[in-house]
Amino acid sequence: MDLSSINPILLLASLMVAATPILLAAIGELVVERSGVLNLGVEGMMITGAVCGFAVAVTTNSPWLGFLGAAVGGAVLSLLFGFLTQYLLSNQVATGLSLTLFGLGLSALLGQGYIGIKAPAFPDWHIPLLGDIPVIGPIIFQHDPIVYLGLILVGAVWWFLNKSRGGLILRAVGENHDAAHALGYKVVRVRMMAIAFGGACAGLGGAYLSLVRVPQWTEGMTAGAGWIALAIVVFASWKPARLMLGAYLFGGVTVLQLNLQAAGLAIPVEYLSMSPYIATIVVLVIMSAGRAPGSLGRIFHASR
Amino acid sequence: MLTLEKRPNPSKGWTLATPVLAVIFTMIVGGILFAALGKNPFETIRTIFVDPLFSEFAYYYRPQLLVKGAPLVLIAIGLSFGFRAGVWNIGAEGQYIMGALFGAGVGLALYPMESWIVFPLMVIAGAIGGILWAMIPGILKIKFGTNEILVSLMLVYVAEQLLASMALGAMRNPEGMGFPGSRNLSQYPSAANLEIFANSGMHWGVVAALIAVIFAYITLARHMFGFQVRLSGQSPRAAAFAGVNPKALVLICLGISGGLAGLAGMFEVAGPAGQVSIDFNVGYGFTAIIVAFLGRLHPIGILLAGGLMALTYIGGEIAQSTLGLPGAAIQLLQGMLLFFLLAVDVLTNYRLKFGQGELA
Repeated sequence: MDLSSINPILLLASLMVAATPILLAAIGELVVERSGVLNLGVEGMMITGAVCGFAVAVTTNSPWLGFLGAAVGGAVLSLLFGFLTQYLLSNQVATGLSLTLFGLGLSALLGQGYIGIKAPAFPDWHIPLLGDIPVIGPIIFQHDPIVYLGLILVGAVWWFLNKSRGGLILRAVGENHDAAHALGYKVVRVRMMAIAFGGACAGLGGAYLSLVRVPQWTEGMTAGAGWIALAIVVFASWKPARLMLGAYLFGGVTVLQLNLQAAGLAIPVEYLSMSPYIATIVVLVIMSAGRAPGSLGRIFHASR
Repeated sequence: MLTLEKRPNPSKGWTLATPVLAVIFTMIVGGILFAALGKNPFETIRTIFVDPLFSEFAYYYRPQLLVKGAPLVLIAIGLSFGFRAGVWNIGAEGQYIMGALFGAGVGLALYPMESWIVFPLMVIAGAIGGILWAMIPGILKIKFGTNEILVSLMLVYVAEQLLASMALGAMRNPEGMGFPGSRNLSQYPSAANLEIFANSGMHWGVVAALIAVIFAYITLARHMFGFQVRLSGQSPRAAAFAGVNPKALVLICLGISGGLAGLAGMFEVAGPAGQVSIDFNVGYGFTAIIVAFLGRLHPIGILLAGGLMALTYIGGEIAQSTLGLPGAAIQLLQGMLLFFLLAVDVLTNYRLKFGQGELA
């Protein structure tokens, strides 16, 4: 074993990359849950985004169009969930689960022709001046644009939820949908918009895996990332700032175990590969004190 | 304008009709999907749903129906208790793997001892393995309020890694020329889960599944525990007043589903699969969720739904080999079935009303 082969700067830099897909999916789900909807289909939307993004990027040879395609794919799938839960009033837990099972099948079917192909290159940005700072530069300022998009989205969601009128309405709908309805807010419309946003974010997160992090398409490649994103929303007590902490903590564990595998630690590979999932459970146990939005997971039916 | 009006009680007729309706919708949309893939939709649907039962090779496929259906029914029966009570164990796949590892572990440890006691010990070990794995989300939920959905699911990935480690390490066949995977349990008479009647597909897992169906039926319809489960799902507050201990209920529901999933895994690894290998699990733990809902969480319904789902597995394999249908299309079809069921379920609990109702 050779721990000196692990470069701490590279480790921290790849931590940001490893955390990005989870961060993207989790920030979308956070908005969905704040509107009072529990969508357990994140894994399904992520993997659909991964395959849509990959297919579009390979066909058009443009990663940007790929990310756009992934966001659209994730959003379309999430609207299916929205239609079932909001208009046909189905159980959200069961519908979310079926969305995941459906998405896994759909992605495997769509991705058949794309196995073994390499994604078009998606170059990193080297931000002038900031990127030249020693240590901090390579860690924070030399990444691809989607890493920054993720960070900007977290900031934007924080602003939206806490400082804007739209955010206030969304939170009202999530806390007490009957009261919001009585005040004249369109509960179902607000929730459908939140669900579509969540789907688009999950799609982006999935595409980040297939276009940047791996970058290839393989069946079932999200490997539970969507479920970890769900766990991180709970960990964050539905607050955007803490979401970042959760995502980076998870990214850190993932990157560290990969580095330890490469360094040839005496622990078998399988036990290291378990660590992100076990870390997620441990984090859930420690941080389960947060308060969920009041109407989370409840069916809204405006009775006449 | 179409509006929904809540029924005072769920409609009995629609409760029975919606699964059938969902299957019909799935066949229609599935047919369109197959046509889009360049296959003859009618031929494909017939291959999947009819050929396993009535074609000239059906004598080969009918036993497979039991082999594939038994684990699905066994797991789904266990899940139905929790789902009724609002305890969401979706990590049955992990409990299935752990049951297989515990059961096979006992069998491999006793190899090559020949005794009637080996197989019963393996059955017990399999159940214990599943129960222990299910107790992790259970205990974390009642002690720390942790979400059982997420924990049980995370444990699936942990169990898969553990399986890989066992198949490549501790349980690897010492006489296997270095190939991954354990000794073949079906070639070890005392540990093998053999067919009770030759070529019937009827192995001990099928017997266990049938017993589970009967046991579940009696428990839910006649026993106090079944009443508590149903009450907790419909109204947790009323259940608390009726003296239901919610923590015990969580543990019992998880214990039942974990134990049955563990049994299913053990029967599979000692019988049809034969050995502990990296990928002996094929997702029964997840498909069983569809089976449980499709069967309306009712034991008899689950039995029928398990049969139907086994049919799509076998028919899917036939369509794969004879028509070149991609395997993923079957997975999609199964997912679609659950979607349609949840969609048409609205008719069970709500009444459709045409025209604008009186203004609120």
